Amino acid sequence: MKPLNAVIQEVRSEAPAIRTLCFDLDLDPAPGQYAMLWVRGVDEIPMSFSGENSITVNAVGDATNALFKLGAGSSVGLRGPLGNGFVLRGKKILLIGGGVGVAPLAFLGEQAKNAGISVTSLIGFRSSEDMIFRYRFQNLGDVILTTDDGSSGIHGRVAAGLEELDLFEFSQIYLCGPELMMWDIISRARDQADKIQACINRYFKCAIGICGSCCLDPDGTRVCVEGPVIMADRLLNSEFGRYRRGPTGGKGQCRG
Amino acid sequence: MPSLSVDVGGLTLHNPVMLAAGILGTTGASLRRAAQAGAGGVVTKSIGVEPREGHPGPNIVTVDCGLLNAMGLPNPGYKEFQEEIDFARVDGVPVVASIFGSSAAEFARIARGLKADAFELNLSCPHAEKYGSELGRYPDLVESVTGAVKASADVPVWVKLTPNTADIVELGRAAQSGGADAVVAINTLKAMAIDIETGYPILGNRFGGLSGQAVKPVAVRCVYELSSNLDIPVIGVGGISSWEVAAEMIMAGAKAVQVGTALYRGYDVFKEITDGLSSYLERKSLTMDELCGMAVRRL
Repeated sequence: MKPLNAVIQEVRSEAPAIRTLCFDLDLDPAPGQYAMLWVRGVDEIPMSFSGENSITVNAVGDATNALFKLGAGSSVGLRGPLGNGFVLRGKKILLIGGGVGVAPLAFLGEQAKNAGISVTSLIGFRSSEDMIFRYRFQNLGDVILTTDDGSSGIHGRVAAGLEELDLFEFSQIYLCGPELMMWDIISRARDQADKIQACINRYFKCAIGICGSCCLDPDGTRVCVEGPVIMADRLLNSEFGRYRRGPTGGKGQCRG
Repeated sequence: MPSLSVDVGGLTLHNPVMLAAGILGTTGASLRRAAQAGAGGVVTKSIGVEPREGHPGPNIVTVDCGLLNAMGLPNPGYKEFQEEIDFARVDGVPVVASIFGSSAAEFARIARGLKADAFELNLSCPHAEKYGSELGRYPDLVESVTGAVKASADVPVWVKLTPNTADIVELGRAAQSGGADAVVAINTLKAMAIDIETGYPILGNRFGGLSGQAVKPVAVRCVYELSSNLDIPVIGVGGISSWEVAAEMIMAGAKAVQVGTALYRGYDVFKEITDGLSSYLERKSLTMDELCGMAVRRL
């Protein structure tokens, strides 16, 4: 598919370095699916959908900074929706998210609530300043909030919020956030890994499953087409949480 | 069932359908997965002396009849890549290391330092400055690079040729003179696509290489010309998406074929092609040797 021309209709500020961009396209993505966004003249990057026609960007690198600065009326090239998203299972679900990784979970939670599913959320941020979508999550049901600096909610990492929950109560758990945060949750909930759907990130170049830059060790799972949502029991004995490949294909550290 | 086993360019393959360079060849795990899915051999992503991140995106555009890519030779450097080859090599399916350099000396250095079952020299990537077809379009450079690697390597050396030239046979002869054990044809056709909303070339590198269905007739012609004029075997690549195309390429003179773009359908493509070829040989009461170059013999 050639990139579609996606015109930004509205920009919402969520936090000092985080904005939501709403597009004029009717893409009908599943939560957890992503688009390759081409910031013309800069780069093309994968972004999860944070709503039916929106993405939420945290300005951290060249391409995300360029995307962050675009105003209403500007446009980007868009390939998508791509990959496999979350699948709703059961009547009582738990969302666990960290940082801007909560974006696809808010989208998923809203679809779940509309389907009559009970939604509980455990969301964590570095600080209250970085907090996004608090009201979206509060509208879904119970929310447990953590901040690394204690400025809001429980003082600690996202995993600190697990103590408030009995994971056995939930039919399915949905996870998205920084890799080491996800790994922390998955390793603590190892015995529940077969009901955790994790939306993970790898270095995507082609996004159609042929270049190999996103393949997971040791089985070669192509995250761009077989993921990005992967059952956590398949991640337990993989590279996930241990190392990840960068743009050269060489191994590097996972990010917090 | 007829045997699909072939001896080609110093390697014995249990079937002639290989994974092409640049496709799912970044990691040992993805290469091994291709081997386990039924590939007769696998070729790695092109590996150079130093780590390279490749071009900015978009790296790929799907066009009507194929795929346009400009990855830009991303790779971690040959020293770090050895462990990926070692991981892929365990199943007995040959692992061919695709290598690139900006000079004969760089190619030779990698060939001395990297262990694989064979080398495929990337003298044909059409979109990386100082590399690939920027050397590979000159017959004298093809010959000297091939000669330098042959002198440094103790495994077979294949040369992958560019179609972006007036006479691919001349390049094939140069590889043969340099001592190549086989030539591989073709790499992608230099191409581009433009976003008509804004006028921006879509690929981050502006130019890229066209692969898939669109290049198949070009590849068939190149393989036919090469196999008609060279003494060394030809491996056919370019739009191999079905057993029918594989049969056509083998009739044009290919001893083996490589599959690239068609992998977007998934790893099952290897089994689809080998099963189809096998039934075809049986139905026609032909052997691989009889099929190979049949079109060249029909004058």
